[in-house]
Amino acid sequence: MIAGLIKRAAFYTLVGVIVVAAVFPFYYAILTSLKSGTALFDVGYWPTSVSLVNYVTVLSTGTFLRNIGNSLLIALAVVILSLLLGVTAAYALSRVNFRGRSLLLLTILSVSMFPQIAVLAGLFELIRALGVYNTPFALIFAYMIFTLPFTVWVLTAFMRDLPVEIEEAAIIDGATPWIIVSKVFVPLMWPAMVTTGLLAFIAAWNEFLFALTFTASSSQRTVPVAIALLGGAGQFEIPWGNIMAASVIVTVPLLVLVLVFQRKIVAGLTLGGVKG
Amino acid sequence: MLVVLTAVAAWPLLRTIYFGFTDASLADIGSARWVGFGNYYSVVMLPSGASFQDGLLVDPGWWQAVWNTVRFTVISVSLETVLGMIVALVLNAEFRGRGLVRAAVLVPWAIPTIVSAKMWAWMLNDQFGILNDILLSLGLISEKIAWTASPDTAMIAVIIVDVWKSTPFMALLILAGLQMIPGDLYEAAQIDDVPPWKVFWKVTLPLVQPALMVAIIFRGLDSLRVFDLIYVLTPNNQQTRSMSVYAREYLFDFDRFGYGSAASTLVFLTIAILTVAYVTAGRVSISGAQR
Repeated sequence: MIAGLIKRAAFYTLVGVIVVAAVFPFYYAILTSLKSGTALFDVGYWPTSVSLVNYVTVLSTGTFLRNIGNSLLIALAVVILSLLLGVTAAYALSRVNFRGRSLLLLTILSVSMFPQIAVLAGLFELIRALGVYNTPFALIFAYMIFTLPFTVWVLTAFMRDLPVEIEEAAIIDGATPWIIVSKVFVPLMWPAMVTTGLLAFIAAWNEFLFALTFTASSSQRTVPVAIALLGGAGQFEIPWGNIMAASVIVTVPLLVLVLVFQRKIVAGLTLGGVKG
Repeated sequence: MLVVLTAVAAWPLLRTIYFGFTDASLADIGSARWVGFGNYYSVVMLPSGASFQDGLLVDPGWWQAVWNTVRFTVISVSLETVLGMIVALVLNAEFRGRGLVRAAVLVPWAIPTIVSAKMWAWMLNDQFGILNDILLSLGLISEKIAWTASPDTAMIAVIIVDVWKSTPFMALLILAGLQMIPGDLYEAAQIDDVPPWKVFWKVTLPLVQPALMVAIIFRGLDSLRVFDLIYVLTPNNQQTRSMSVYAREYLFDFDRFGYGSAASTLVFLTIAILTVAYVTAGRVSISGAQR
């Protein structure tokens, strides 16, 4: 009886440690973002006073609002493009038989595991040649390298599990491949598309290396780059309060998204993993 | 789709490899001259008759970056595997509030890498950081540590942040593997009165191994190409500079586009070779266990 009690206590302590370790850093960032002036430099674990001055500063000075807009635009465009290309490609890969299909699938998957630095120089040249350097198009284009393989991979795995009879019925009724994809598959694949779309959105929202390299002016930056390069008034002064406020602003929507769609995201991640 | 992937992946990769054999510079990429393997290794003769070796393969900075990356990958992925296993086992147990705990565990994964780097940079701050405060009040350290700045601790700082950020991913993949283990195996073990640790080693671990291997390879490949975390958390630090950071510095900061491309090519080759080695070794050990 007592041994059982100790066991339970130990288990819940472990659970407690895990939860605190996972959540505390973000809690502390929120705490810091609500401090102003010299209160910032007093270490404390509980909120003492609440001041929104850091949020006001971040949103009213500089280009941070513009950066949020850039990130939103780029991430949405990436999601739409990769889903559009992904669904059609997945249809071909799961239904049309051709030689070397599995090899092609493996190659596609390996592209998403690529070190991005390996394509950086070549992409840089290409983007300058296309004249899209320092525009959102550069990043929308570049992000296809990691969202597209993943989207194709998951959607193909999902599409394979759909019964062929459905589309055979459609073919007998005289539907073209495009009609089959848009009228039959898309409604059935909605859950998988939501999952992959979310993951693509998160990946595009968080990306740093390409965003840092392919933008030059501060108004074209995405939020991760903006936060990384957020400077203070003085050369040696780091505006921690502002950085934390900006961090909270870009993270909260993402957190809400992830927690609301928890199950879908976990399913998508493990599908990519377990079947890989 | 294939056209886009070719344009965005295959073509740039080939161009990068090509630039690695040239003396291209950022300002005028088009007028690059072919220099063969000069970026990798060359012997330069001085007018005085003395000679010295030049190129990536004899650059101690490059080898330091390789060593940093490998060290970072091995240590952080091992820690993430162990911790991820613990978290997955906890989440696999039935208890009240499991949904909440799972949600909490997802938090670090959902936070952008740059944000977590900045958050931790603040927590690890030498003067005002909360981590020094906690360790001081617990009596574990006697004076404040400059985590990210000091050469001895910079790598530890990077590993702490990476482990915090990536353990959830590891835990979720392991958890998916755990949930596929049929429950009657555990019931049988319970009837036979097998001690829990033995159940773990003889039942859980072998059955979860495939999922574990996949999780490790995903995380390993991700760590080998690490850039953003190190670039933001410990800028300009020899002790943590990874291969990707090294390559980008030469590409865009030092204006040696060709040399940087050569470094990028080597990163690609290194990772490809390590992947093949891991997959081969993994196959061997799996088939060995089956015998």
